[in-house]
Amino acid sequence: MEPASRLDNNHQLALKDFPYIVRWRDDRCKRCGRCTAVCPVFAIEPSVVVKRVLHSEGPMPEPKAERRVETIVKQSNDIDRYCIGCATCALVCPNEAIEPEYNPANKFNFHKNKGGHPYRRGGRRNDPAPGTLDKLKFSRISMLTDPALDAGRHEFRIRTYLGRILPADELPIQVVNGKLNVNKKSGVFVPPVREIYPIMIGSMSIGALSPNMWEGLAMGVTYLNEVEGMPVVMASGEGGMPQSLLRSRFMKYFIPQIASGYFGWDEIVRALPHMIEDPCAIEIKYGQGAKPGDGGLLMAHKVLKLISEIRGVPMGVDLPSPPTHQTKYSIEEAVAKMIQSMSMAWGFRVPVYPKISGSHSAKSVLNNLIRNPYAGGLSIDGDDGGTGAAYNVSMDTMGHPIASNLRECYLDLVAQGKQNELPLIAAGGVGKKGNLATNTASLIMLGASCVSIGKYIMQAAAGCFGDEYNRCNVCNLGKCPRGITTQDPRLYRRLDPDVVAQRVVEVFKSVDIELKKIFAPMGRSTELPIGMSDALSIDDPAMAERLKIKYNC
Amino acid sequence: MCRLAAITSSDYFSPMENILALETMKEGHDGSGMGLMMKGMGGEFEELREYPILSGICSEAGVKVLDDYMNKAGFKLKYTWTPKTKTVRGIEGRDNYFARVYDYPDMYKDKPMEIKESLLLKTRLSLRDLGRADESIIVFTFYPDIVALKEVGDPLQLGEFFGLEKSSLKAKIIFAQGRQNTNYAINLYACHPFFLQGICTMTNGENTAFVPIREYLTGRNLPGYVGYNSDSEVFCHILHYTYKKLGYPLHYYKDVITPLKQEDINNRSDADAVTYLKRSLRPLCIDGPNCVIGFTPDGTCFMVQDAKKLRPGAVGGVKGKYGLMSEECGLESAVPGRDRDSDIFPMKFDMVIIKPDAKEVVVWNQLHG
Repeated sequence: MEPASRLDNNHQLALKDFPYIVRWRDDRCKRCGRCTAVCPVFAIEPSVVVKRVLHSEGPMPEPKAERRVETIVKQSNDIDRYCIGCATCALVCPNEAIEPEYNPANKFNFHKNKGGHPYRRGGRRNDPAPGTLDKLKFSRISMLTDPALDAGRHEFRIRTYLGRILPADELPIQVVNGKLNVNKKSGVFVPPVREIYPIMIGSMSIGALSPNMWEGLAMGVTYLNEVEGMPVVMASGEGGMPQSLLRSRFMKYFIPQIASGYFGWDEIVRALPHMIEDPCAIEIKYGQGAKPGDGGLLMAHKVLKLISEIRGVPMGVDLPSPPTHQTKYSIEEAVAKMIQSMSMAWGFRVPVYPKISGSHSAKSVLNNLIRNPYAGGLSIDGDDGGTGAAYNVSMDTMGHPIASNLRECYLDLVAQGKQNELPLIAAGGVGKKGNLATNTASLIMLGASCVSIGKYIMQAAAGCFGDEYNRCNVCNLGKCPRGITTQDPRLYRRLDPDVVAQRVVEVFKSVDIELKKIFAPMGRSTELPIGMSDALSIDDPAMAERLKIKYNC
Repeated sequence: MCRLAAITSSDYFSPMENILALETMKEGHDGSGMGLMMKGMGGEFEELREYPILSGICSEAGVKVLDDYMNKAGFKLKYTWTPKTKTVRGIEGRDNYFARVYDYPDMYKDKPMEIKESLLLKTRLSLRDLGRADESIIVFTFYPDIVALKEVGDPLQLGEFFGLEKSSLKAKIIFAQGRQNTNYAINLYACHPFFLQGICTMTNGENTAFVPIREYLTGRNLPGYVGYNSDSEVFCHILHYTYKKLGYPLHYYKDVITPLKQEDINNRSDADAVTYLKRSLRPLCIDGPNCVIGFTPDGTCFMVQDAKKLRPGAVGGVKGKYGLMSEECGLESAVPGRDRDSDIFPMKFDMVIIKPDAKEVVVWNQLHG
């Protein structure tokens, strides 16, 4: 007698349980094998089936049954080889014979913990609903009563400051012969300030990103600065930077990040005496919006030769950074000491700011920083931010949306009259639905001095497949089908760094025009409309009340 | 577009000159308010120059409350001026318009001006609070040698209503603004010109950067930075903050409200200071469209535009009398005998500064510093 398991296939998953079901069309497929070769997770494979085919022939046709062996493309029902929906198969198929289809009735979360390992992934929060930022409208149109600004012809200055700004009454300024003069003997410390473009590329490490992707972004940023005159800057993420870049004149466009694992900092410290340019700033990572309470996580699959060299670690080991900076006792101590140490390392010439995950307690950190004369800003990362690797529970349910978190921090600064002293950098879901310019403008009007983007630039510059339906999201496994978040040369050679750089430039040039198109009818062109909340409205009274903006319907 | 008519002179003149200038600039529907701000008072006020003048409007009940308050505070009434109002169609008059001259309370008489100024400001704000709910007390200014008159209506009709043609009210600097095409349900506190401790401005156009500027100013914790019934009141307070509190020379007002690009700042001899200033006072940057006309405590008058000169203006006159107007025809009305070829139409980097007693006109260019 056959065992029951073989007869009823019990304890196996049905394809209906899977998040993506591969629709393969026998009649269109020419069996070229490209789809199965390209699938990063081996969710599909060439297989053979035996078919019973009836056909009739001859002058007196009589149906005849025939058993025929056919090659097919078969989807695996092994949970470890589930189809991630990346659709690379559809991309390479010459005959449109195959594509994955999202299955909203999937039971994926019930099964993705084999071996007692909770589901870990990369990407973003799986919540396709539009965020608050996409519900905001710009309703203060001044062109009806006043001469309109012309986004195409008038001069616009879309720039912001990074670094602590002294209040005017503390500036070492004196009047000499009817002119203002800086009193250089005053002994007043004037913190370093950078004028940058108000959208920065956020912290994505070499390690999380492939060498080609990182290089493409870096080239794009450099081109924007050197050729287009747009001071766009980019943060390194944890894990260091190549020595060649550290010692180059391009360093001023980059923000090295120090995080709780301190990966890469041996190499940075070694390069310090040889640096010919100061970096734009230093970012100290305390938290990440996508996974609050977790440190960085670079899975062993991605720790190959280049990464082990830059980070100074052995190859093939998991690199989990601790959730907090272990050498410090408290957040207050950590913030104060690290900011001061980092400032000192570059002779107090470089702005140093912390990055935290959005949280109810963000205001506590903020108030701590306001009273720290060396703090150069605060970056707040909301829960719609992305990550290269995290536990699914962290990504989907933990964190604080950026809109209200940023707003309450800004209003807290306003209440203390210090809104111009400590720039707030907003991140986490900026451009989530592709609306980079509107999300940026909204955050600026809610009080941000600058925004930081990650997923958006991965999608726009390199065609990342990820979305909020858990599509792809295997950044953690080093299997990125686009070659964006992998260290496997077979995958990342698919990605041309020049094309990435070109797209980065195109993205920033176009968003610059869109920002002008937003600011012009509202009559703003000379300075960034930071905190110009009277321009915003939303069609939800509760949100309007929370954000202290107009409710329009 | 609201009309602006400012005249500065070495001799006393009647505010009717400003009103007639406003009238020549009138276009379309008008009548939602006029404000007059006078400095360098003549007539009955000339001898009382050292004493503070309280300008405002009270209901009958308000007068009693005001008197009570001022008596308790120790101010002694020395002189009261009231306009001889007439019934004019279209003007809804109020009970009492006044400019009252007070003597300081005894304990303040010998105090320095700075302390006296604080007392005057505190008193004005208290009176304003007392009459806020029922508009029984409206006070515009409480300062030596300053008289303010404001009401809703067409400027020419208001001139008739206040009987200004035959009035002895005269001054050496008079600012007048006529609000045009705005709503009628206005609060008189929204009426230009605005004044704070010797600093005055009036503006036309919308202030698109109003909210961040207001939030910044209120965060300075200075008692006079309140009100903001008009988005233009901040222009006065920005000048007060930079000129009076920070002690910057007047022309840096231009650098604060319309900061240059860093590349342009770098060409200035005071580049380091202007760079700091631009950063530290970033929230005070305006974006127009605005023409701002103002005066400082020493009687210097100025005109300045937004960074794109979206609101023009004209300055002209003869030595001893200059007009600063939102339009050329206003200048024609105020100083007809001048050399028109010498009229100044300040460009986007310019700040026109007229020295006290209308002695001299200087055009300061921001690019050259």
